[in-house]
Amino acid sequence: MSNPMQTTSPTFVGMPKFPKAAKKALGNTQQRRNLAHATGVIRAKRARVVGEVPEWEALRLAGAQAKDETLGHLAAYLEMLEANLARNGAQVHWARDAEEANRIVVGLVQAKGAGEVVKVKSMATQEIELNEALEAAGIHAWETDLAELIVQLGHDRPSHILVPAIHRNRSEIREIFRREMGLVGRPAPDDLSDEPRRLAEAARLHLREKFLRATVAISGANFAIADTGSLVVVESEGNGRMCLTLPETLISVVGIEKVLPSWQDLGTFLQLLPRSSTGERMNPYTSIWSGVHEGDGPQEVHVVLIDNGRTHVLADPVGRQALRCIRCSACLNTCPVYERAGGHAYGSVYPGPIGSILNPQLRGVASEVDRSLPYASSLCGACFEVCPVRIDIPSLLVHLRAKVVEAADGTTHEARAMRAMAWMFGDHRRLEAAQRAATVGGRVLGDHTIRHVPGPMGPWTGARDVPHLPTQSFRQWWAKRERKGGAR
Amino acid sequence: MRVALFAACYNDTMWPGTPIATVTLLERLGVTVEFPREQTCCGQMFTNTGYAAEATPLVGRFVDTFTAYDAIVAPTGSCVGAIRHQHHDLAERAGDRALVEAVDELTPRVYDISEFIVDVLGLEDVGAYFPHRVTYHPTCHSLRVAQVGDKPQRLLAAVRGITVVDLPQATECCGFGGTFSLKNADISISMASDKARHVRETGAEVLVAGDNMCLMNIGGVLGRQRAGVRTMHLAEVLASTEEDPA
Repeated sequence: MSNPMQTTSPTFVGMPKFPKAAKKALGNTQQRRNLAHATGVIRAKRARVVGEVPEWEALRLAGAQAKDETLGHLAAYLEMLEANLARNGAQVHWARDAEEANRIVVGLVQAKGAGEVVKVKSMATQEIELNEALEAAGIHAWETDLAELIVQLGHDRPSHILVPAIHRNRSEIREIFRREMGLVGRPAPDDLSDEPRRLAEAARLHLREKFLRATVAISGANFAIADTGSLVVVESEGNGRMCLTLPETLISVVGIEKVLPSWQDLGTFLQLLPRSSTGERMNPYTSIWSGVHEGDGPQEVHVVLIDNGRTHVLADPVGRQALRCIRCSACLNTCPVYERAGGHAYGSVYPGPIGSILNPQLRGVASEVDRSLPYASSLCGACFEVCPVRIDIPSLLVHLRAKVVEAADGTTHEARAMRAMAWMFGDHRRLEAAQRAATVGGRVLGDHTIRHVPGPMGPWTGARDVPHLPTQSFRQWWAKRERKGGAR
Repeated sequence: MRVALFAACYNDTMWPGTPIATVTLLERLGVTVEFPREQTCCGQMFTNTGYAAEATPLVGRFVDTFTAYDAIVAPTGSCVGAIRHQHHDLAERAGDRALVEAVDELTPRVYDISEFIVDVLGLEDVGAYFPHRVTYHPTCHSLRVAQVGDKPQRLLAAVRGITVVDLPQATECCGFGGTFSLKNADISISMASDKARHVRETGAEVLVAGDNMCLMNIGGVLGRQRAGVRTMHLAEVLASTEEDPA
């Protein structure tokens, strides 16, 4: 087996700001093709299955309300969850941040004397970079979700919440499997083709020996139900079910915003999530477990509840609706910016529109990439339209832009230009003076088309002409007409 | 009914033909239009770039300028959307209760031109004549923020002589997005190029929309490509008649 450090995905620390990373991504024609195809297919599937639910709007409202109820009384629901998990025989741990969560999980795995763990796909563990922490402690962490396996074997970063290898096509995947599988376990067959069936078979055989060998599994949870003390994982491949049932010890790392008040709420979300994420009426595997059951499944169950910036998000009454997110990825799939920039440009395991509102709130706006994320959107609103829990992403982006501007303290060229423009618009006579200057320009240029301008407007003219300046403003026309005696 | 035109600052300055067409059209339909000279900008550019403090005085100015009117008509779904969805929040943010109330009182009377004709005047056939092959781009803010629905298409369908061709992937953004077009110019241009390609696929002579800034973006690409497609605001198509063609 190879050096475990080599199975680590590179982290997102020190990413350049969004426009720079996006420009580079646009130059990757293979990725651009892969993403346009994949998001196009999944968009159409989602639209079809959502379209067949007449009460979709009511479901969205119910989902948003259940989440808002949780977020409005989070401490109480977390205590209820903790009490009921404990009653069911699970051990509950609390972690303020990534470091604390990683320390707890590493300690639990070491206490079992395990040198490896199998993992269910989990955004929370990616967010805290648990695999890297485990590997630093000499523990192999094997991703068992097909796409996560592709990312891990490719020494790559996930670029999508649901489909982390969406930026890869099947011939790239075949090459990764052929090159890497043998270094960390059962090799891919020599005659592996790029047929999806053959690729899945190779992954299944590679993973099976890990499932059967591992004594500890690590998962996240899509939902944590307070009144029954249950965790829920929704998945497609059955790898989650294997991890949740075969090993003796199960450790689940769960963000504190994943709580649902009651069992009754789950029905709403099991309708919203699969249709929004994979475009399926129902996902193939839904696993629900409530603590320990003698002789059946894991005999030691730990739940690590993590904050890692979430209470910071909760403190902002406008921004907190971002915590409703159920990680479905519908906003990524529908976003024309994500489709072109790809997930890596967002510098986080949470890319796309949701990442643009979540990262600057979870991590603050100290880094260049986090400051650039609220601007990584044309505010077209397609994300809000598809969000199953009605997060008003465009309004939150605008809200966060104001925070970025506030943090910059009014000293940028942009801030000075904005103040000058605001002064001009503060009195119609100033606007009229500016219009007189513009119309002089219009008379000088005539119908000459401007194809390049220097300075801050330069990026416009890279591929776009500049409109002709008119020879009179509307209000000059109006004033002339008034002098002539008004309307016809 | 006292009706005021809100031209929008960029139409007033850069595309006077659109508010002129709006006035021409409304007068043809028997509506007397006033143009309160004190109007400037709705503040959207400031709000959307993160300059809420700069936008707030413009909310006050908008209210003062238009509060005396029964209907305020604007040839822009984008600014109408901003007025409906941002003015209230800006007033709240400034902690100005009186302004919040004034905004809430005024905004239900602000209409995009397509809404005013269909919902207030109760018309779809405005007597226009435009013998050209056109395609219509439903701009994001008209569609998703102002939510004008299919009113523009219904108005276009009733124009005599017109051929309206469906635009492929019509509801996808053209990539303008205000300062997005400069801050993320590469992505913006990629989006605008795809939109321009879809426009060319329709074989239309004219691309029509309800927002001139989006038309500037798509038209900028079409112009650079010498694509032979011109852009026109919906109001200009609807103002066109046999006697006075556009």
